[in-house]
Amino acid sequence: MSTITETEVLDCKGMNCPLPILKTKKQIDKMQSGEILKMISTDPGSTNDVIAWAKKTGNTLMENSQDGNIYTFYIQKS
Amino acid sequence: MSETPKKVALIASQGTLDWAYPPFILASAAAAMDMEVVVFFTFYGLTLLNKKVEAKIAPATNPAMPMKMPFGTDQFQNINWSIPRFISGNTPGFNTMATSMMKKTFKNKGVATVEELRELCQEVGVKFIACQMTMDVFGFTKDDFIDGVDFGGAAMFLEYASDADIQLFI
Repeated sequence: MSTITETEVLDCKGMNCPLPILKTKKQIDKMQSGEILKMISTDPGSTNDVIAWAKKTGNTLMENSQDGNIYTFYIQKS
Repeated sequence: MSETPKKVALIASQGTLDWAYPPFILASAAAAMDMEVVVFFTFYGLTLLNKKVEAKIAPATNPAMPMKMPFGTDQFQNINWSIPRFISGNTPGFNTMATSMMKKTFKNKGVATVEELRELCQEVGVKFIACQMTMDVFGFTKDDFIDGVDFGGAAMFLEYASDADIQLFI
């Protein structure tokens, strides 16, 4: 369990590339700087995709973890 | 980000279902990564701008295409059916059947439809350009296409692509 307290939760379970990234981008756009998004995905490709996306967009991937086939990401809006 | 966004220039030249995905996936993902994206639709790729995308697959001309069932147990779904080309090429309705099976598999795997991806592209600011020359050749009109499409020729695309960071012909 993470100690991070998220501002918003985005459930991308069942979605495949590139939907988790697109939904994350659209959600982040609606949020304020400093707020934290918790994104949950089942797409095994989403780990590398979210890392790359965060690097490119300048948002901070604070933490990411895997529990079985569930991937969880905490992203802080820049 | 304060720096100048990266620019992506894609050419979508194919109109089958399998080739419909790459331009829309790359364009939407690039836009989600704050890149500026233009997709130039030419030749058969132009049909991807039709209000309803009728794209199909043609297994007889794609020997490497896996032929799999979209239902049953995982083990059953993983079987790659070897269909002789004289059957896949000559059976009426074979392409339609294979197309609906591929669509079903995509749906099962959580992949968006081509129309959904196209709409997402427009929502995140991807620009579509339809090739005017191909429209004239194949008899398409602006009314055949979805809203929000620009129209132009090779020079219009090349002017944008000339200082793009990524250029792909698909």
